[in-house]
Amino acid sequence: MKFLIGVSQELAELFFCRIIQAGIDKIEGVSFLESVNLLGRSVVALENFSAEEIRLVLNTTRKMKQIIRRGGEKKLPNLRGKAIVNLFYEPSTRTRTSFELAGKYLGADVVSINSGTSSIVKGESLRDTLKTIEAMGVDAIVMRHKAEGAADFATKIVKPIIINAGDGAHAHPSQALLDLFTIEQRKGRLAGLKVAIIGDILHSRVARSDIYAMTKMGMEIHLAGPKTLLPRFFSFDGVTIHEQIEGAIANADVINVLRIQLERQQAGLFPSTREYARVFGINEERLRLAKENVLILHPGPQNKGLEISSEVTYCAQSAIQEQVQNGVAVRMALLDLTLNGGGEK
Amino acid sequence: MNQTWQIKRPESKISSTLLIRGGNVVDPANNFDGVADILVIDGKIAAVKPEIKFSADYEYNAAGKIVTPGLIDMHVHFREPGQESKEDFLSGSKAAVAGGFTTVATMPNTSPVVDNAALVRSMVKRAEDVGLINIKIIGAVTKEQKGQELAEMRDMIAAGAVAFSDDGHFDDNAKIFLNALDYLHETGKIIICHEEETTLVSGGVMNEGKRSAILGLKGRPTVAEDIAVARDVLLAEYTGGRVHIAHISSARAVEIVRDAKKRGVKVTAEVTPQHLTMTDDLVNPADASTKINPPLRTKKDCDACLAGLIDGTIDFIVTDHSPHAPEEKDREYIYAPSGFPGLETSVGILFTELYHKGKIDLKTLISKMTAEPAQIFGLNAGTLSIDAPADITIIDPDFIWTVDAKNFYTKGSHSPFIGRELKGRAVATIVRGNLMKLNQF
Repeated sequence: MKFLIGVSQELAELFFCRIIQAGIDKIEGVSFLESVNLLGRSVVALENFSAEEIRLVLNTTRKMKQIIRRGGEKKLPNLRGKAIVNLFYEPSTRTRTSFELAGKYLGADVVSINSGTSSIVKGESLRDTLKTIEAMGVDAIVMRHKAEGAADFATKIVKPIIINAGDGAHAHPSQALLDLFTIEQRKGRLAGLKVAIIGDILHSRVARSDIYAMTKMGMEIHLAGPKTLLPRFFSFDGVTIHEQIEGAIANADVINVLRIQLERQQAGLFPSTREYARVFGINEERLRLAKENVLILHPGPQNKGLEISSEVTYCAQSAIQEQVQNGVAVRMALLDLTLNGGGEK
Repeated sequence: MNQTWQIKRPESKISSTLLIRGGNVVDPANNFDGVADILVIDGKIAAVKPEIKFSADYEYNAAGKIVTPGLIDMHVHFREPGQESKEDFLSGSKAAVAGGFTTVATMPNTSPVVDNAALVRSMVKRAEDVGLINIKIIGAVTKEQKGQELAEMRDMIAAGAVAFSDDGHFDDNAKIFLNALDYLHETGKIIICHEEETTLVSGGVMNEGKRSAILGLKGRPTVAEDIAVARDVLLAEYTGGRVHIAHISSARAVEIVRDAKKRGVKVTAEVTPQHLTMTDDLVNPADASTKINPPLRTKKDCDACLAGLIDGTIDFIVTDHSPHAPEEKDREYIYAPSGFPGLETSVGILFTELYHKGKIDLKTLISKMTAEPAQIFGLNAGTLSIDAPADITIIDPDFIWTVDAKNFYTKGSHSPFIGRELKGRAVATIVRGNLMKLNQF
């Protein structure tokens, strides 16, 4: 860039970071994203992703969404001849189905393995299961597992690309990317937005991935929940923790409401679902504290009347249904970029 | 460089006389530090003085090396009986020799638990049969280490148990623990305590801190250790019993022990090389090597442990050698068992991270691995006194080597120290006059 000549390295980097966050990917007809490439990369967690790489995924997602929405023939040839295995050690509806459809829309062969009906119940180790799948010649393994670090562990064991579809409370990168995409589609921008993430932060892989994704894109994050569900010693640039929900949602542009698992009550983390709903639930009254056009997200599945009221779920500001549709597009983008480099075929 | 060790078994030719020439002898038990020769006759120390004139069957040139009493490790898991896929007395003994240890004490959390005299007796016999090093047996405090009923500790003492421990977990039942202290009071035997309050660490796999918060891994907070140490120190004070804090790791716990010692409470403590030198920043959930209990803490805790070691709050160093079979460690972090083998890396880590960095002087370091544990547990070891058993370790403080699991004698394969370049290691280990050394020395 001619106009950056003579500017310090640090300033130039800051400049690029800001314009990437702002959604600009071209200046004077030159794309910044040309050198960004995810071909062959595993997607384990967003801490390893740059703002440019996130931008590339979002741009590709936009194209994929148009393909889904145009109706008629959805199938693309991009991943023809590629084989993808969905290896899910935990139950999932939307993530597993959307990865499966994403692969199929791109022309890949997709097989889903559920832990309940495979050799896993016979006590096969994760290493051996991965090696077995690898031996069958697959190109990518989409993996959900209860253990934090399981996806990263998998990248060290087998050669196929690993796409993390959730590892314990650690990361859920495709969810965070679809959150970003949904926000940008509705708000027209990411940088500078104030996002409140409400609920069980302690056990949430969605929150942890959102934190990396959103701060990288210049967003401001406020976390809130009962102190029993907030991680102790948590500190992260650009993230503020609140023990009162009101402080977090005041003036928020986006509220991401996390699912409260009912086991948490049995574990003594809060006394009752009733009290949780009263003190920390997102309802129409609380919503008034946020900006008028606040966007409501929820990774699903919801406990209506607990962390979120029905009125909020179905209100005009709610993008919960769109998240599901965007989930397929984002997963198409991830599979296309990592397995095909994102190019035309 | 070939780092293969050759351990000569005792049945190979034992020199009846051995002369160790010109080493820098560090013998804290006798407050001796200087260049001297050591003469060994019939498995006992015969003389320690400069320039001994004697024609021995075998001479070892120790010039430039450090010669110390055989190192002692009061906290190892040799996994016999029942868990021989992780370690056995022979593989564990070889690891000890390779690391410079001549005396170890095995923890009773085996399968079955060593909680009765018959098992203690058979383990003592087994130790003699293997015979490479001195293996002391620690018995369980409660039956099956379940914390419900006292084990037959007096019988176990008669069978040769040197101390008692329910290591592996904390005894929640304060009344049983108090009873154990009272019951042992007259014998003077020590209870070695794993200090982590159970409910606070349930499900936890690493230190609760900034790192666990961002990784989403469940934490084991320092306060769990602090509460447990405080309780046991108070019970020791109340009963007059002897409590030894195993693998202390929290800064606050070190303070609690320091205060208790000032009040005259009969409490002692140990620390591991890993808790002195490594922090939870090293935890990578894709590699279970760093998973131990208590977990790796923070820099502040490491510093407090080192300060405690130097000011005498912490009495000695142990490895907590806890090998597991490779397939057990090579899996998801949350499912992998806790612990890694430490005998073969201890000297290297302590010399590299503490001695060479000027954080501890040689005499204190050696004392914490020889004289102090021997004195606390009343072992006939840890000294180069005349007529003492000739258990001697020769350390090359400048020997540079890289930790590689391929060269381990332990059956354990995973250690967070693998890949580290270390400066200093044991180059020869002598047990009752039997010299065992690396191939290239």
